[in-house]
Amino acid sequence: MTGVQKTGQAPEETGRTPGTSSATPAKSVESAKQGARRSYTLIAGCVLAGLIVLLAAVSFVWLPYAPDDTSGTRLAAPGAGHLLGTDKLGRDLFTQLMTGSRIAVEAGLGSVLTAALIGVSLGVLSAFALGWLDDTLAAFLDILIAFPTLLLAMLIVAARSATLGSAVLAIGLAQSAVVARLVRILVKRVLAQDYITAARTSGTSWPRVVAGHVLPNIWPTLVVNLALQFGLAVLAEASLSYLGLGAPPPNASWGRMLQEAQATFTTAPAGALAPGVLLVLLVIGVNLIADGLRDTLDPTARRRRA
Amino acid sequence: MTLLDIRDLTIRTADGRVLVDRLSLTVSPGERLGLIGESGSGKSLTTLAVLGLLPEGMTATGSVELAGTQIVEASEKQLNGVRGRDAAIVFQEPLTALDPLMRVGRQLAEPLRRRRGLRGTELKRAVTQALEQVRLPEPGRIARAFPHQISGGQRQRAALALALACEPKLLIADEPTTALDVSVQAEMLDLVDTLVREREMAVLFVSHDLAVVARITDRAVVMKDGRAVERGDVREIVRHPRQEYTKALVGSARRLESALDVRSAR
Amino acid sequence: MTRYLLRRLAFLVVSLVLASVVLFLLLRMLPGDPANALTSVGASPEQIAAARHSIGSDKPLPEQFTHWIGQLASGDLGTSFVSSLPVGPEVLARLNVTVPLTLAAFVLAVVIAVPAGFAAAYKRHTWYGALLSGISQLGIAVPVFWLGMILIAVFALNAGWLPAGGFPPDGWAQPAEAVRSLILPVVTIALVMSASLIRYVRSATLDVLDSDYLRTARALGSSFSGAMWRHGLRNASVPVISVLGMELASTLLGAVVVESVYALPGLGSFLATGISQHDYPVIQGVLFVSTLAVLVIGFAADLVQRIIDPRLRDRLSGGAR
Repeated sequence: MTGVQKTGQAPEETGRTPGTSSATPAKSVESAKQGARRSYTLIAGCVLAGLIVLLAAVSFVWLPYAPDDTSGTRLAAPGAGHLLGTDKLGRDLFTQLMTGSRIAVEAGLGSVLTAALIGVSLGVLSAFALGWLDDTLAAFLDILIAFPTLLLAMLIVAARSATLGSAVLAIGLAQSAVVARLVRILVKRVLAQDYITAARTSGTSWPRVVAGHVLPNIWPTLVVNLALQFGLAVLAEASLSYLGLGAPPPNASWGRMLQEAQATFTTAPAGALAPGVLLVLLVIGVNLIADGLRDTLDPTARRRRA
Repeated sequence: MTLLDIRDLTIRTADGRVLVDRLSLTVSPGERLGLIGESGSGKSLTTLAVLGLLPEGMTATGSVELAGTQIVEASEKQLNGVRGRDAAIVFQEPLTALDPLMRVGRQLAEPLRRRRGLRGTELKRAVTQALEQVRLPEPGRIARAFPHQISGGQRQRAALALALACEPKLLIADEPTTALDVSVQAEMLDLVDTLVREREMAVLFVSHDLAVVARITDRAVVMKDGRAVERGDVREIVRHPRQEYTKALVGSARRLESALDVRSAR
Repeated sequence: MTRYLLRRLAFLVVSLVLASVVLFLLLRMLPGDPANALTSVGASPEQIAAARHSIGSDKPLPEQFTHWIGQLASGDLGTSFVSSLPVGPEVLARLNVTVPLTLAAFVLAVVIAVPAGFAAAYKRHTWYGALLSGISQLGIAVPVFWLGMILIAVFALNAGWLPAGGFPPDGWAQPAEAVRSLILPVVTIALVMSASLIRYVRSATLDVLDSDYLRTARALGSSFSGAMWRHGLRNASVPVISVLGMELASTLLGAVVVESVYALPGLGSFLATGISQHDYPVIQGVLFVSTLAVLVIGFAADLVQRIIDPRLRDRLSGGAR
């Protein structure tokens, strides 16, 4: 727990009771209405996350100050020269926020890509594997998942050096167990369908079955889960940075900015609030995108919401 | 005096869409009425409205009078008194209609205890009796079983026993055979038929299957898009459907011929 | 049931052994030499070799492993490379902070999340149902350390009601002080945990509210609260319990950040120090105890679910899944 919630798997995806899906008109009407409302969720999420991504993109071409410019007055209050004031070394806070957004987005993307690559391969492998191998892998994944992402990440980061790359690799590896378990369940569910048996008996090869039937069937749920993992990865990176295990200075990670501003919370609150607010906005945005995607991509889950 | 009197019943969703449109029908004590329509015609909602159990967000207007109680405006407390006593319902899916975590006997005991005030061995005997009434073999074993441990047909019989437990004046059966194996369907229909006749109960039988309805009821109302489009004697409807829609329903009734044979043989 | 218990227990033991092997190998595969932590930067090769010898890291891996497992079997978690103190008593001392912290936070989170999650589902069409869902959305996006910082700023630095961090040096010998220093950390963890729990409780409640069996009960004249009490509670608790188990396990292990925010001498901060110093016995010891806790909690959650849900009992496989 502690900020790094592991499963990320939406509760809505579990335990659907059969038989309740017999669509009475009431339900189809309600779901159509919710579908419309949910796309607002998607839009809201895109706006929030888009704002941060935009900030990150702009930071590549323009920054108010150089990231290592310590010429400002230390701990200046927000004002004319410095939009949000300065930190205890006199660096411009807004500049740091902008470079921090870059790190947050990079951390999220990198971790999710790592988790997707490893998790999907492992999950598909496990689903196709012989009984005992599958069982062993599943049990192994279960144990791995029981450990917080952050702990696994700390182990890996400590062994390597504290860089953004290590953090991304570590978070991605830890998350790949979650993705692998989800993929394994989803693939097994698809493989149990009659049309797979039909495809197999008609002589379609396994790789073709995976590409033609399995992946198209699992990707909606997978994409939604990866979106949730993105938010969790951003939070995990911030936590690692807060503990001093993330990107080293002068890279301004939001987590490290918060750690540095903790001591001066009451005297210079802007530095201790602004990075947190952006962090929350990004994570909420991504979570809203995940919710919105679930409702547009996965019609069975739609009914649950609202 | 009528037992169930529905007048201009209109059911709307929260955003104002009309799902049942000015429906009127009556059921007298001991009478059997069929409610026919394809899925989405509003027939199931109508049955829920009779018990005041519409899904959240839906509202009913008009009048639904059940054994002298105005359901549409009744308070929860009044409704709790009416439900199960004046009318009880058997739902389509017996697996989900029973609590998966509770033994069949305990589920059956609950309304018996509440309505008839039975306790202890008396209650136990009443449970066994209720299971015997629906021709369940080994009632003792079934009472101790959880729903997933007995067959689909047995579950539906248990659900029927549950509905009959408080000896309602009106039995509402919402597609009670649709989820069952074809081989078990006929038995179930016969059972409903017999039990209802024994108790001189009124029946509101809902189905998309004209043949099934024809087997149980005398009169029928055909619903389409929330409206009653045709009504009258079931056999008359089957022989001379006036609406295109009803004709289509008649055409799609799979076991229509055999069903009519059974009926005329009675 | 007996057969299930035996199988489940066997699974627990096998998992524990497997986990210790993996743990051991993983640590040894990682780059970085623990001897470096013992010696100064400019140490001579002889000094490093001596350091290696003193901690036994020059021995072949199988020997190191059997040595460690042998120690474990006799209840000894080994000796820290760095402090030369036994790990076991230190872990126990740390548990004195971490276990009360975790359990209190867990209980508080459940107390918050169950009613809130139920209300979020039951009143989903009203403004405060939506508000509750919104708050939980917000809650899962808030990093736990930032929430901790804010709570410290508000309740410790500004209001001065509670200490900003630390734990009395003689621990529970000063019960009032100890409790006071745990209040903010407990609240911090509980708030973040309840945010995600609310979502699970809400979803489980929605499943129950939509269920046919609830409708059946109500169609027979059972009142809403009566039907919820008899049928809803148990049915909703099955999915929630497995989540609760996971949350409890990961809080126990994942209190690192909160312990760091509040400068608490808990298991998490012990592990963090161990990791940064390449102190294998400490890392191994803490993770072994944690793994045991994770497995036992998982076992307990499984057991409770089986007691509630007869469908799980009737499933043939008594193993993990």
